[in-house]
Amino acid sequence: MWQRLMRMLVKELLQLKRDRWARFHLIVPPLVQMLIFGYAATFEVYHVGTVVLDRDNSQESRELLSRFSFSDRFRVVRIAHTDAEVAEAIDHDDAALAIVIDAGFAQTLRKGQPAPLQVIVDGTNSNTALLALGYLNLIVERYSSDYLADSLVRAQAAGPVQQPVRVEIQQRPWYNPDFNGRWFFVPGVVGSLTLVLVVSLTAIAIVREREVGTLEQLMVTPIRNYEYILGKTVPFFLIGLAEVCLVALFGSLWFGVPFVGNPFILLLGTVLFLFSTLGIGLLVSTTARTQQQAFATNFLVLNPMFTLSGFSFPIASMPQALQWLTYLDPLRYYLVVIRATFLKGVGLDLLWPDMLGMGVLGLVLLTVSVLRFKKSLD
Amino acid sequence: MTVVSVHGLGKSFAGIAAADGMDFDVENGEIFGLVGPDGAGKTTVMRMLAGVMRPDRGSIVIDGIDVLADPEAAKQHLSYMPQRFGLYEDLTVDENIRFYADLFEVSRKLRAERTGPLLAASNMEPFRARLAGQLSGGMKQKLGLICALIHTPRILLLDEPTTGVDPVSRRDFWRILYGLREQGVTILISTAYLDEAERCTRLALLHHGRQRYCDTPERLKAMMPGTLVSFTSRQARAVRDALEGQPGVLGLLLYGDGVRALLDDAAKRVPGLMARLASAGLDSEPPRPAEPGIEDLFVALLKDEES
Repeated sequence: MWQRLMRMLVKELLQLKRDRWARFHLIVPPLVQMLIFGYAATFEVYHVGTVVLDRDNSQESRELLSRFSFSDRFRVVRIAHTDAEVAEAIDHDDAALAIVIDAGFAQTLRKGQPAPLQVIVDGTNSNTALLALGYLNLIVERYSSDYLADSLVRAQAAGPVQQPVRVEIQQRPWYNPDFNGRWFFVPGVVGSLTLVLVVSLTAIAIVREREVGTLEQLMVTPIRNYEYILGKTVPFFLIGLAEVCLVALFGSLWFGVPFVGNPFILLLGTVLFLFSTLGIGLLVSTTARTQQQAFATNFLVLNPMFTLSGFSFPIASMPQALQWLTYLDPLRYYLVVIRATFLKGVGLDLLWPDMLGMGVLGLVLLTVSVLRFKKSLD
Repeated sequence: MTVVSVHGLGKSFAGIAAADGMDFDVENGEIFGLVGPDGAGKTTVMRMLAGVMRPDRGSIVIDGIDVLADPEAAKQHLSYMPQRFGLYEDLTVDENIRFYADLFEVSRKLRAERTGPLLAASNMEPFRARLAGQLSGGMKQKLGLICALIHTPRILLLDEPTTGVDPVSRRDFWRILYGLREQGVTILISTAYLDEAERCTRLALLHHGRQRYCDTPERLKAMMPGTLVSFTSRQARAVRDALEGQPGVLGLLLYGDGVRALLDDAAKRVPGLMARLASAGLDSEPPRPAEPGIEDLFVALLKDEES
């Protein structure tokens, strides 16, 4: 048994060593993807194109608008003079946001009454629109309280006034004090890249043997199912481990994402995660006869797994039925483990349910695919 | 001693029988041929014998082991070379041999002892370090044979091993097979080449998934209905046209130096046929009896069956 297993492993590694295409694809594209994700995949909103229409032209209105000009969240791209100009700027995608101050803005404020501010937003990209509105609210709120404070100071000069009561929010963001989106994404990329790589490599490697006919030759040797499957999966398990180390190290060094947790907990999580990804790859390989079929199945399987994993869309916001479905997604658990070990440094006392989830999934997937794998041609 | 025993073997795909009614016994040390045109069911039978495809009907016993009940046990006794090159093209000749030796748990020492002579016999010694994918078609087949022989199987199953192989490699290949036979290896070979069929000790003729005849080449030839005669002529085509449809002529086959005719009764028909040729203005020597080949036989037997 050991002789057969060792020879299977040596053979796989030799083939991998000779395969220049695979060597390149195991190293370069993952790093490039990490770079792309690190820089491009961000939910933060900067430099939102803004058109302003100031019909009041007062000291107050100019003061408010100047706050937008100075914020790096917004970029005033046009000063409009008519409503039509505003509409045109948004229609032509020059601006995603319009701020319209009507005549009488300053007068109303001076009377101590709430003054309306009209905001038009392009809702096509709802995410950007919501975030931009949030930042806009912040600026306007700051302006209001400054204005209030100013008028209080002036009023106090005239006589004692009662201070209005306010609730003030004091933010204390834990784990990621600057709300740096990269800190959230970089560990996630490690998980999703590993998923895609390991599942496709495993599935393709086995289906290729079926397609080119080497499997038929192997079937007449005394090799056992488990020897073949181990021989095929152990190399990809090792590759998966190396890949996680490579991409995680690169991501955290390049983007400065801290690693505050216990590396052994991450290692345990990675091992369990790899079991389930190998299981998925094997399962795909038992359903496909040609490499093209395997590619297509991979695509159908991996895309929903990515979407349901919580990589970018919060699981808590999904409909209940989809939330249940996420429990079948190993990436879901792994993202929890890798983000928690990177940023929070929490231990097994909190992560055990996720470890268990991956362990059970891996066991079921591997068992099913080993049972399905037949050493015959029918 | 019977080493391979096949009875009532059959397999259907989507309701259509790819092989049916296969019945033969192979004795120790035979070179047994499965002969037939493409689509005759040769590969299906080979795969079932090798234990990689489950039959729907019938039984296979190899070296006393029921292949259907215990295919894995039978695999230690046999070796199977599929029609399509099934070795790893990105491994070298040596690495492929080592791979199959280890799968059959051949010790390092035995492997070294066996590899040398096998490489030498197949003239493959200079190519040990070459990637299998860079070998010619004939060399690939020889490498396949070496890998199949590294665990010294008692029974060798070869599925069309010489299809697309150059004549020199084909000769090498058969020389190795004869050598194996002397060592007591039983060989089952499938082929669509009828000249190769003549080299076998016994043949099963397959057609449309059915086994038609099974015997030694000599006895099969003796089954030839009527007698085969050959007319030598430079106007072979005209001679054939003149003899076509004449009474007593069962079949005609054009050769380089004349025409072979299958006659129901040579003594009775030859004078009439000579007269026919003379009246057509064709000169020909009186026909001489000809030794039938398997090809003549195959054509005659199948024609006989269709009519």
